[in-house]
Amino acid sequence: MGIELLVNLSYVAAAVLFIFGLKMLGSPATARKGNLVSAIGMFIAVVVTLLDQSIIDFKWIVAGIVVGGAIGALVARRVEMTGMPEMVALFNGFGGVASLFVGWAALYGFEATTFELITIVLSILIGGVTFSGSMVAWGKLSERISGKAIVFGGQRVFNIMLILAILASAVMFTLSTGPATSIYLYLVIGLSLLLGIMLVIPIGGADMPVVISLLNSYSGLAACAAGIAINNIILIVAGALVGASGIILTQIMCKAMNRSLSNVLFSGFSAVSAGG
Amino acid sequence: MEIAVYLAFILMLSIFLGFELINKVPATLHTPLMSGSNAISGITLVGALTSAGAEHSGLATILGTIAVAMATINVIGGYMVTDRMLAMFKKKGSAK
Repeated sequence: MGIELLVNLSYVAAAVLFIFGLKMLGSPATARKGNLVSAIGMFIAVVVTLLDQSIIDFKWIVAGIVVGGAIGALVARRVEMTGMPEMVALFNGFGGVASLFVGWAALYGFEATTFELITIVLSILIGGVTFSGSMVAWGKLSERISGKAIVFGGQRVFNIMLILAILASAVMFTLSTGPATSIYLYLVIGLSLLLGIMLVIPIGGADMPVVISLLNSYSGLAACAAGIAINNIILIVAGALVGASGIILTQIMCKAMNRSLSNVLFSGFSAVSAGG
Repeated sequence: MEIAVYLAFILMLSIFLGFELINKVPATLHTPLMSGSNAISGITLVGALTSAGAEHSGLATILGTIAVAMATINVIGGYMVTDRMLAMFKKKGSAK
């Protein structure tokens, strides 16, 4: 009880630091300090989590942190200033895939209730869309794939079918038991990765910053869903905070470009209908 | 089901909070703000730690370890990149 209470109180402190950090990031004078405040919040959250008694084996944790930290630090230091937006897209994609795996891993070790299964499938779905969408955004910005809007006939119908297929496999996943579960699980993973690609390819390279901001919001929601799945309050709070502030930032960025969000998201499709 | 109610509260409050926090941000700060909040979404690292460290089964440990590495890239990279952007921003400001 003692340690659990300490962990949860530290999570509250971390959430407060995230909120102040975001607030300070919004003003030029305090922005750099705000980023530091938010980083301290993250540091506290990670360190107290290591005190959690359910963690009995540290070797894989250390390996993951060392490898991830080294890659992250190296890439962040090397990247050119002009390459920043695509760097954010890449990092965001990694965050998304991490939430996907956290949700997936939550399937093992305990009997999940239907509600938990729903949150698991949500974290996998949103995490998958975030990952593949971010990778496409990164590819477009770094010109590894064409920055032009990629559209084809029947795209809208295809996307609607895809969403229906995801819904169907998600429902089947939450209802199924035994070996069938993993078949629907892989279906949800595969289809959500495909959906992420389909959502971003019809959008032109110039609109990518807005798309990245939206995907950033998604990665927050994925973390939030993963948090409910594994019953961790800081994931829920911080994820919801990023999800909400991300979607509002997306709106503001659209407004600054004199466009509406739906205008950006469906620009590729309207180009098709305008073209014939 | 109780947790669904708690969640609804948290979501509602954080949407209002997010709006208040982001509402009047100058356009030059949009990208650093996006990058900074992206680093916060790396909080999923906390969830990954418990998956990687609690010995459930082989697959959960593997998934957890990959998630730890990925989320750490997101967190460390995200904060460092944001800091670099803002450092440049400051220099530009003082040069004026």
